[in-house]
Amino acid sequence: MIASAVGVLFDGFAYGMLLFLLSVGLSVTLGMMNFVNLAHCSFAMLGGYVAVTLTNELRWPFLTTLPLAFLAAALVSVAFERLLYKRLYEASDLEQCLLTIGIVFVSVAAAAYLFGTVQQSVALPSYLRGTVAIAHQSFGVYRLFLIGVSLLITIGLIAALEYTRFGAQVRAAVDNQRMARGLGIDVGRVFATTFALGSGLAGLGGALAVEIVGLDHAFAFTYLVYVLIVVAVGGLGSIGGSFAAATVLGISDMAGKYYFPELGAFLIYFVMITLLMWRPAGLFGRR
Amino acid sequence: MSTPALSTRGLDKSFGSLVVANDVTFELPHGERYALIGPNGAGKTTLINLMTGMLKPDRGQIFLGPNEITALPPAQRVRRGLVRTFQINTLFPHLNALEAVTLAVCERLGCAGQWWRKLPSYGEAIEEAHAILRSLRLGSSCYRPTHELAYGQQRLLEIALALATNPKVLLLDEPAAGVPQAESAELFSVIAGLSETITVLFIEHDMNVVFRFARRIIVMVGGRILLQGTPQEIAADKRVREAYLGARHHA
Amino acid sequence: MTSGAVSEPQRYLEVRIRWQPLEIAFWLTSLLPFWLTPSYLVLASQIAITALFALSLDLILGYAGIVSLGHAAYFGFGSYTAGLIAKWGWGEPITGLAAAAVAAGLLGFLTSIIIARFRHLALIMITLGFGLLLAEAANSASWLTGGADGLQGVRIWKLLGFFPFDLYGHAAYAYSLCVLFLAFLLARRLIHSPFGLALRGIRERAIRMPAIGAQSPAHIRKIYTIAAVLAGIAGALLAQTTETVSLETLGFQRSADVLVILILGGTGRLYGGIVGAIVYMVARDQFSGINPQYWYFWIGLLLIAVVMFLPNGILGGLARLVPHRWRPA
Repeated sequence: MIASAVGVLFDGFAYGMLLFLLSVGLSVTLGMMNFVNLAHCSFAMLGGYVAVTLTNELRWPFLTTLPLAFLAAALVSVAFERLLYKRLYEASDLEQCLLTIGIVFVSVAAAAYLFGTVQQSVALPSYLRGTVAIAHQSFGVYRLFLIGVSLLITIGLIAALEYTRFGAQVRAAVDNQRMARGLGIDVGRVFATTFALGSGLAGLGGALAVEIVGLDHAFAFTYLVYVLIVVAVGGLGSIGGSFAAATVLGISDMAGKYYFPELGAFLIYFVMITLLMWRPAGLFGRR
Repeated sequence: MSTPALSTRGLDKSFGSLVVANDVTFELPHGERYALIGPNGAGKTTLINLMTGMLKPDRGQIFLGPNEITALPPAQRVRRGLVRTFQINTLFPHLNALEAVTLAVCERLGCAGQWWRKLPSYGEAIEEAHAILRSLRLGSSCYRPTHELAYGQQRLLEIALALATNPKVLLLDEPAAGVPQAESAELFSVIAGLSETITVLFIEHDMNVVFRFARRIIVMVGGRILLQGTPQEIAADKRVREAYLGARHHA
Repeated sequence: MTSGAVSEPQRYLEVRIRWQPLEIAFWLTSLLPFWLTPSYLVLASQIAITALFALSLDLILGYAGIVSLGHAAYFGFGSYTAGLIAKWGWGEPITGLAAAAVAAGLLGFLTSIIIARFRHLALIMITLGFGLLLAEAANSASWLTGGADGLQGVRIWKLLGFFPFDLYGHAAYAYSLCVLFLAFLLARRLIHSPFGLALRGIRERAIRMPAIGAQSPAHIRKIYTIAAVLAGIAGALLAQTTETVSLETLGFQRSADVLVILILGGTGRLYGGIVGAIVYMVARDQFSGINPQYWYFWIGLLLIAVVMFLPNGILGGLARLVPHRWRPA
């Protein structure tokens, strides 16, 4: 009983870390610019396909594909931001939703065209496969790796936010855009950089996700819902909020599937609605 | 009638360490014309937000006539007769002036929720709206969408919307803000012409206007009421001059 | 309310809401498929149903400004209600429709109590959440809904006792068109009422409403319930004219599709949903040979183009060509 509970907790936490990587970028940029970017998971999907192509077609080692997935997603997102998103910063929620849903449709169709609708997989190196035994419990090596990477990134993000000048600018811009501008902060550039970073992290998350949840052409849609739940529940502009919400979501989803399979995803949506009703701005949100 | 039309007692409000209202206590007698003045950031608009319910005070009470309204939601306060206008035009861009004021009248009459009869059949409401607009010299431009009106006309529309609710107490937040000198005279003659049954408190920066139209002045600095008095008393007070740091004075 | 003479402002408002010749022509044209394209009557009835669904969304989105990503919840709920009533033995269409309308309205009312309290992202998420929740529940309750296989054994009786719902679609189109037209009349009257004015006020400047004494949440609950009723009616029409109900009537795809259709036609113009439905469904029918993937590729591009270049949809673009004087309210 306990063994399976620990297992569910572990798997759930790993899944939560994945959701965190996928969501943190969206949370911060939404909190900063209030721009509803529903195409966020398209960048994640891009990262996933980059990793898949590099390991399968070009036989590159898996670990080297990760920074490339990050870069690819970051660069493509910058292009979108400069060409399309920039013009809609003052537009209504609805217009931003529609534009980005349009991008999701296009990306899903493009993925189907280029890669077909089959599930993709990555070739993992041998040292990332299998399980290790810790205290009479077996833990998946890849999931341990995923948790490790996510925690490192989380620490890095929080440190950067607290101790670097750029981090201070980000915090100011999230807190009060007008005042930040008044203080001479180039909010446009801060946003563009944060946006690229956030999308890059999504791309990295997409690459890491392939082994855990698989990758197909509908990824941009399927995971959009989960990411939105994490962001809405965690609170806009909050790294800590995203972390907490992603962990809660990951564990409850895993626990739900394990202990109450008939309920399916019902539990997640129900929890989300209740949490939002209690705290409409999210657990750690301010607006 | 000795109960004031509007009064507050010990209103406090802070945002963290920023104190925007500090023990604000004052009374507004019926039919009076009071001006609320003070340097930028003194907390004047905040006070209006507190009185109208858009902001919740940390401490203190607000009374409309003999009734305490501290816990009442904003829409309810309007229905009881406490109405404000906004410093920055907060109008309905694509509604024309007639529609906007008719809407306000319908809300007051309680027929804004009726969806089975067409609007033109509500003759009384439309007539009343049109009359208000005519009295503010907006009668001829009332069919144009709000965003096409001149700025000064939009400021007048702000007041028209407030009048449509049949206010007992009217709080005007810098009614002439942004209006060129030439047009503000008309604006203020409208305000001066308001019925004596309406009690008016207005925020204003132009001292000429304040001394012409106000019977008493309340001076706010840093969230507190510095002093209250007649225009002569205020003009002579050294503290007021200091608060404004050499701003132009009315002779 | 008026005593004889009608004042000038009243006359002005009256003129603005008069039936335009173009509108009358449009509705007369909607009768043409019976003679001109009799083989497409089934498609025509589908278009009418979709148009009604889009119209219901316009009431909350175009007029009150509520962005909903889960409006299909009411469509599907109405669909299943009508389907189940027929399956359990009562196949009379009009009463079944009425029952579905009541059911959907009840659901709409209950959810509106929550919806009216939120704005922006929280609102979008809650509408999305409700839609997904209902779809999941329907999926799990397969003993009731038939699950992924859909509802079986739905038998609808003849319309008014005379007209059977057959493969040719005469009854289907006549029925759907009538219901659409009646719903349209209702929506049109609503938009031109004081309530319609209040909704526009909420959409244009929500913050000004309490300052003129308006209780916005009450208004929002009311319009949301009405919109749910109309969406439920549309869903019931689909169930009755096709004698099937499937899970996708509740799904996110349907919520997203109706949003696209409404945006395509143009929000806040009463006819936007109808125009959008016609264009979308006809195009989809013409390109039905294509792989659905590619259909969504073009829809995606279209959405991007509409937002960047034609934010008020087809009708908005056309409106800019029409002289100001002729524009309806």
